[in-house]
Amino acid sequence: MVADAAPSGMTVAATQRSPTIRVLAWLACRAEAVAIPLGAVLAGLALFSLFLLALGKSPAALVDLVWRGGFGSAFAWQNSLQRAAPLLFAALCVALPARLGLVVIGGEGAIVLGGLAAAVAAPPLSGLPAPLVVAAMALAGMLAGAAWIGAVGALKAYRGVDATIASLLMSYIAIALANHLIEGPLRDPTSLNKPSTLPVGEANMLGPMPGLGVHWGLGAGILACLLAWLLMERTTLGFAARIAGGNVRAAQIQGLPVRHLVVGFTALGGACAALAGFFEVAAVQGTANATLASGYGFTGILIAFLARHNPLAIPPVALALGGLEASSGLIQRRMQLPDATILVLEGLLFLCLLVGETAYGRFKIFSPHLWASAKARTA
Amino acid sequence: MSQDLGLWTVPLAVIGGAIRVSTPFLFVSLGETITERAGRINLGLEGTLVFGAMAAYATAVVTGSPWAGVAAAGLAGAGFGLLHGVICSLPRVNDVAVGIALMLFGVGVAFFFGKPFIQPSAPPLPAIPFGFWSDLPQVQAALRVNVLFLAGAALSVALWWAFRHTKAGLMIRVAGDSAEAARAMGYDVTRVRVLATMAGGVLAGIGGAYLSLYYPGSWNEGISSGQGLMAVALVIFARWNPLACFGAALLFGGAGALGPALQSVGVSSGYYLFYAAPYVLTLGLLVATSSPDRALAGAPGELGLSR
Repeated sequence: MVADAAPSGMTVAATQRSPTIRVLAWLACRAEAVAIPLGAVLAGLALFSLFLLALGKSPAALVDLVWRGGFGSAFAWQNSLQRAAPLLFAALCVALPARLGLVVIGGEGAIVLGGLAAAVAAPPLSGLPAPLVVAAMALAGMLAGAAWIGAVGALKAYRGVDATIASLLMSYIAIALANHLIEGPLRDPTSLNKPSTLPVGEANMLGPMPGLGVHWGLGAGILACLLAWLLMERTTLGFAARIAGGNVRAAQIQGLPVRHLVVGFTALGGACAALAGFFEVAAVQGTANATLASGYGFTGILIAFLARHNPLAIPPVALALGGLEASSGLIQRRMQLPDATILVLEGLLFLCLLVGETAYGRFKIFSPHLWASAKARTA
Repeated sequence: MSQDLGLWTVPLAVIGGAIRVSTPFLFVSLGETITERAGRINLGLEGTLVFGAMAAYATAVVTGSPWAGVAAAGLAGAGFGLLHGVICSLPRVNDVAVGIALMLFGVGVAFFFGKPFIQPSAPPLPAIPFGFWSDLPQVQAALRVNVLFLAGAALSVALWWAFRHTKAGLMIRVAGDSAEAARAMGYDVTRVRVLATMAGGVLAGIGGAYLSLYYPGSWNEGISSGQGLMAVALVIFARWNPLACFGAALLFGGAGALGPALQSVGVSSGYYLFYAAPYVLTLGLLVATSSPDRALAGAPGELGLSR
């Protein structure tokens, strides 16, 4: 034992000296961040099972269907990954501003406007090479989303408007605006039953990722999560944002540009959400229509909270929820349960997760000091 | 008749619409005022509103009595309020996040149990025809006032008075302004807040009952599009004053009635934009009444929004 060298009682010195103890303490700290959300999810599933039993349905059958519908076959995996792709971006729109202590719940609006801006950018550029058009579409979408959610940040930074309420109002306005434009001035006259904008053109559509059969949104989403993690954890900007999120006063006294940080992080979140809309248009629909507002933004809130706003935890959580939503149709058909079943389960998970917040620091086993001092005492 | 009125139909329809559309805003904002005065924010009232609408409709269909529906909605609202209140009493739990979770949960549960009730029709709540003196059907339609609207108006006056002159009102205000002071006075702050959140839930549930049992008067999954949340913003605009809530609710109701009113006279091109009017109005008022440097005037001191 390396710890043997440390004299007992000097726990602080021990933590500094021994690599074994440092690793143990670090593990204990990290284990808490994984174990408590997992416990909360298990509690939520248990409550949901009781709910199903009370209705005379079998929880085991539901688990079986979720497994088969979400992860049981190559096709199910494809379906789950396809659904997870926009959720990655939607969750980033919550996680990035959360670093500054803002709860932004209006990502849905940025998704819709981002998709619309991307679809509108394509037809005027129809003569250009496809990669250029696709890049312009992505850029147009990101600009629209960044402006929309960045405006929420600016309202917070310069006027003190609550970001939660403002972002939700902005998302209703965005959806109304998009509906107006899609059914009015920007409508493709040939889209009769389902009002849509002009198609972006077959040549400008993104194909699937090689070997996966899932569109490029998945790869881009995972990349975005990695970049967001780097930004948050490995750059001065991310560090400054964390300080500003913890204590605005302290950050201001340190001379940090709090307002610019707020606007920047919200705009970045909006650009991410807009990419979800861009991929829906450029890889799935080929045009912007009402299906852009299909609730990804709201599932994204749950994912970001489940991931505790850690971008690296977003992909696995998004995959789990993507699988859950992919199995929704199967659950409806086989168990005669309404489509809102998944909503009930998601709501329960969310509640249990928040109740779990109270458990942090309650369990001694996760305390780094316990491990440090225990090791020292055995010496 | 309608030709005689011409463009006058629009303001008339907006006034009638303000009375008709404002009631849910009024109930939710009064409920939220009680909760926020005690020092907590409940963003979950949107979910409570939707669940209340479903519970009221289902109960009215089954029992045949709209008032039983209102009671069921109030009871369900109390349940949601209790859930929010108790969860937020745990240490380190954020009330805004719990509100968002309860919003999603309430909407999900309402859709889950509401599926079989989309088809059947429920008996509506009664309305009083204050327009009996006029021959014009438009005037009569505008002045058919629902009983719940009158109850809400009376309640806003009663609450305004109660906050000033009753022991319970003082207790809520102290708990919201300074938990320390309330504890020093011997009040159980947690209990006051849980009860205030429950009361807020009851009122939001009743607001939902109005939606499904009077206007628009049916149960479907798009029955409320953010009205519960707009009401939360409305409370800020009304500066936590029940009387101001009444005026603000009328204003919001009028904005919400603008789209349908213009559509009725044939203006249909910008339908979606007029539909967005209440949201734009809410946001505009929030921007105008917020301030980056100081806490909002009249805001309860313990409220997360003003800190």
